[in-house]
Amino acid sequence: MRLLLVALVALVLAAAVGLGSTWMTTTRGTELGTLTIGAWTARPRIGTVDIDPYSRATITRNGELPIGTGDGIAFTANADDKKKPLDGRCDVVVSGVTPPARFWTLTIYDNKGHLVANTLQRYGFTSEEVVRGADGIFEIHIASRARSGNWLPTGGIERYQLMLRLYDTPVGVATRTKRDAPMPQIATVGCQ
Amino acid sequence: MIRLVFTIIAGVLLGGVVHLVSVLALPKIATQDAYSRLTPMTKLNAVTQLPPAEPGNNIMPYLDPAIAVAICRYDLSTGPIKLAVPVSQAYTSVSFYTRNELAYYAINDRSAGKKVIELSLMTEAQHSDLPEDEEITSADRLIIDSPSVTGLIVLKALAPEPGLMPQAQASLAASSCSVQAEEPPPKQAEIPIPAPAPPQRGRR
Repeated sequence: MRLLLVALVALVLAAAVGLGSTWMTTTRGTELGTLTIGAWTARPRIGTVDIDPYSRATITRNGELPIGTGDGIAFTANADDKKKPLDGRCDVVVSGVTPPARFWTLTIYDNKGHLVANTLQRYGFTSEEVVRGADGIFEIHIASRARSGNWLPTGGIERYQLMLRLYDTPVGVATRTKRDAPMPQIATVGCQ
Repeated sequence: MIRLVFTIIAGVLLGGVVHLVSVLALPKIATQDAYSRLTPMTKLNAVTQLPPAEPGNNIMPYLDPAIAVAICRYDLSTGPIKLAVPVSQAYTSVSFYTRNELAYYAINDRSAGKKVIELSLMTEAQHSDLPEDEEITSADRLIIDSPSVTGLIVLKALAPEPGLMPQAQASLAASSCSVQAEEPPPKQAEIPIPAPAPPQRGRR
């Protein structure tokens, strides 16, 4: 009887620990095979057959289709350069240059990967439509209220994430440092 | 006391096993994966355009709103698939996924180097069954080996600005994905299978 109880406790504990850690890793993601440049993180192997088991579990659980390596690469950011989580009630500026790519798109998502509703129906910018300075550097203002220039509305949601997708790019599995892939800066410039 | 410690250690160790097994099994048992989500809204062995990515429709997370997407859900059991995608003005790509969302191949318009991306998709067995001479005549046609019998082909066309989205969609609408003709069995696959029907119905 005692033994049965012990076995039962051990099994319940095993289920809780095992499934709990699986839930955690597939929700929050792991550091496995990530490429981090500034505030941005990519998983270069996610679009190849060499994808790690954790990323596989995550994408099937969330119903995503990862961008194939021959197509491009996706970088995400959910905090600014100072590690402050991106807040839709604050003014955030994404500025600088992007790695070499034929096209890029910058999109704002909520934490579940859904687009953020707004009256302007603007969910992101592409490399073609973003307004740049004379030096080729762009500045995108992410805020709940209208800003001049490149304004990306947040709808005032508390937490959001940014995804920078590079299409037709040399950035990939072989990329290691900022020199190969200069990513734009993300700065929170003020909160209401 | 010792028994309690032993119980906890055993539980945590077993938990590690449960964790590894569940992570590895998840791609096989997930019911809300991209393939399952797309099955009711896409035709088999034909191109289906997805509605544009908007806050209201959540077919899949992390869709790029600047990209028009069309899906060809394939089943190679009736023969190889022939795919032709005309290149749009900005950027066009074709990505291949297995039934369990493993991205095994992707090509874009520049690496295809033509006005139309033309591909043949077949299983490795079908590829090795190809007659030698046919392989030579089809040398200019790219042959892709699919690791699984079923899967997804994702066609993407970029709209550099929102106003160009109809153009990107139109170029995808002109693409085709179908079972290769000539042999008799593929004929049966041409009969359109109603989308909501269970996938087994088309088979024998």
